[in-house]
Amino acid sequence: MSKTVADLKIGEKGTIKEVCLNDIPLKLVEMGCMPGKEITLKQIAPLNDPLYITVNGSHLAIRKDIAKLIQIDTPENKQQNLCETVKS
Amino acid sequence: MRNSKVITVALVGNPNTGKTSLFNQLTGLNQKVGNYPGVTVDRIEGSCKLNDTICRIIDLPGTYSINPNTIDESIVLDTLINKDNPDHPDVVVVVADINNLKRNLFLFTQIKDLGIPTILAINMADEMDKKGISIDLEELQKQLKSDVVLISARKNIGIDELKKRILNPSITNNESLANFSERIDKDFFDKIKEDFKDLALYKAWLYITQCNDLSIFSKDYQNKIEKLRENESKLSKLQHRETVLRYQFINNILKKTYKKELAKATDLRATLDKILMHRIFGYVIFILILFVIFQSVFSLAQIPMDFIDSTFTKLNTIVKSNLPEGVLTSLITEGIIPGIGGIVIFIPQIVILFLMVAILEETGYMSRVVFLMDKIMRRFGMSGKSVVPLISGTACAIPAIMASRNISGWKERLITILVTPFVTCSARIPVYAIIIALVIPRKNFFGIGLQGLTLFMLYFLGFAAALTSAYILNKILKVKNKSYFVIEMPNYKIPSAKNVFYTIVEKTKAFVFGAGKIILAISIVLWFLATNGPSNTFDKAENIVEKEIKLNNKSLSDTEKQQKLATYKLEHSYIGILGKTIEPVIKPLGYDWKIGIALVSSFAAREVFVGTLATIYSVENSDNEKSITQKLSAEINPQTGEKLFNLPVGMSLLIFYAFAMQCMSTLAIVKRETKTWKWPLYQLVGMTAIAYLFAFLTYTILK
Repeated sequence: MSKTVADLKIGEKGTIKEVCLNDIPLKLVEMGCMPGKEITLKQIAPLNDPLYITVNGSHLAIRKDIAKLIQIDTPENKQQNLCETVKS
Repeated sequence: MRNSKVITVALVGNPNTGKTSLFNQLTGLNQKVGNYPGVTVDRIEGSCKLNDTICRIIDLPGTYSINPNTIDESIVLDTLINKDNPDHPDVVVVVADINNLKRNLFLFTQIKDLGIPTILAINMADEMDKKGISIDLEELQKQLKSDVVLISARKNIGIDELKKRILNPSITNNESLANFSERIDKDFFDKIKEDFKDLALYKAWLYITQCNDLSIFSKDYQNKIEKLRENESKLSKLQHRETVLRYQFINNILKKTYKKELAKATDLRATLDKILMHRIFGYVIFILILFVIFQSVFSLAQIPMDFIDSTFTKLNTIVKSNLPEGVLTSLITEGIIPGIGGIVIFIPQIVILFLMVAILEETGYMSRVVFLMDKIMRRFGMSGKSVVPLISGTACAIPAIMASRNISGWKERLITILVTPFVTCSARIPVYAIIIALVIPRKNFFGIGLQGLTLFMLYFLGFAAALTSAYILNKILKVKNKSYFVIEMPNYKIPSAKNVFYTIVEKTKAFVFGAGKIILAISIVLWFLATNGPSNTFDKAENIVEKEIKLNNKSLSDTEKQQKLATYKLEHSYIGILGKTIEPVIKPLGYDWKIGIALVSSFAAREVFVGTLATIYSVENSDNEKSITQKLSAEINPQTGEKLFNLPVGMSLLIFYAFAMQCMSTLAIVKRETKTWKWPLYQLVGMTAIAYLFAFLTYTILK
């Protein structure tokens, strides 16, 4: 399984590898959530959802279901692209 | 005003960039809030005079891009793209936040590509030193091919420079910034260029991807657009590519022009976030804040309210003793003055509530609450964003329902709209206040005032009713729902006194003149209905009462006679007849026909209740030196000989007002927001039924 934003620990960083363009709101991409950007998980809400992230200088809250659609590379985790296989 | 030219300037920007501060700075109180035709988005326009030119300044709703996701955003798109739109600007000022220039420039590049003269105003420039930011202004202007001005709207820095540039832009180049279209998919866009010859390419692209109303185009264009739209996934892929390319372009520019020394960055935000969004303290702080809000609404507002109440009573006495007796005097003292008093008495509470809500919004705290509450609210079929309408609902359901517009999922939004009127709005406060003063003793219960406690319980009841019905609606409603939740956490800010002040003035004005008109009109109608009646009984009232007294063989003083006559007249006036007609229906709740009248008129707006009672009792009891509370307290139930407003009746009334849907304006707004009469009708019937049932139970149990 490839790692997604939902798998990050608080304070952990990752680089966005792929976002499933068909399922993710354009708004999130417009805020700068796109491949190559560094994304940090700042905080998790008390009931484990939503997540508070920073990406591209924006501080955003997103729900877990969307966080699961953003795939990332973390320094210790280099895996292959799953999004393509999901799409096809 | 000779030779004066009028130009239209639109302010555009991301939310929380200080766009409104700039607008206030440019226009002062020279502004008016209206509605866009057909939708209920606030349309804010102001004006300012620059030399000989009058600038109409339009404050467009905050948006992150001109690809619209919400109604607010589609208004921005239409204003900017449609030359026939009356607000179509001659100059656009894009307001950007210096702390997040990257994202703000994204919107800027989109707007620049529309070919309208565009100025970039980088706001909060006063924070540059503190945050270690430096900008190469000249290079930035060259790269963006536009005027760039550093401003601080709050500290009034750079505003004059901005005004100068609005009149005389130094750069008038309106060409597109980077050839995104060619870099995205050259073949595709070449074809569009050919197909839509008389449209600028970027405009054509926006029409194809965004615009719902294509009626402005020829059939030929419409067909072409429809055809292109068939390949939805291709379009959405192109949109995403466009976004990525724009960001690449921006990053390249910023690399050359924008520097931030990280060491200088402060960590206030992180610290505050840790505390305010903490698993436990987060909620504790939120509850404390709510408590402070309600406490101040009741205790702080009490003094000015008492003052207003007594002032109007005095005014009435003075007018009455100085004007000759007659219909006009009666209209003024029994219709108009109590009517206006009924509006003015609200102002302190409304001001305080709007003040608190405005501060919460301005500081950036509201977004943290949304974050904290999202998961909880989802259990009730709503979104974290529903918290804003539910809290604003404590001021008034109308702006609250309008605030539900940024909830993206339709089901979440619909449920929020349907349950918001349960929240105790400020219109209920005077009703609650007067009834509580009548039936709840001024005693302390473990150090807490019983009256205050009752009020707190009523607020709690309102929220509980909203959540319970949301929970049920979530189970019943079968609505297709695709929701996503993306919310920005803005920087913490000290609220600007000016912004808060303008918000309060605007909202209070809207209330006083909007709701006030209805209240005043109803007061006058009531006065007429209470002082007129069918001729066979009403006009012969003197004779009939005289006969009755003789028949009973009682000797009465003159004042007692007067009183008897007045009561008889009221009973046989049109309104008395109306009240008597519905008496059987409301009797199980403990109400008499006079309360019935107040209840009926409350269906126009709740706050009318107090005014109505005031009107009825001033008609009946000409002793104007007493305040309304004293008059009501003296009212005796003729059947039991006890006080009419005793605990069971009072509690039953409180419960009824807590649940019933008694606000025409809210129903009208719900209709506009849901685009059908179905939902407001459900609301009206459902809430009134619940109110009747619970009021009945309360009265039966306490009796």
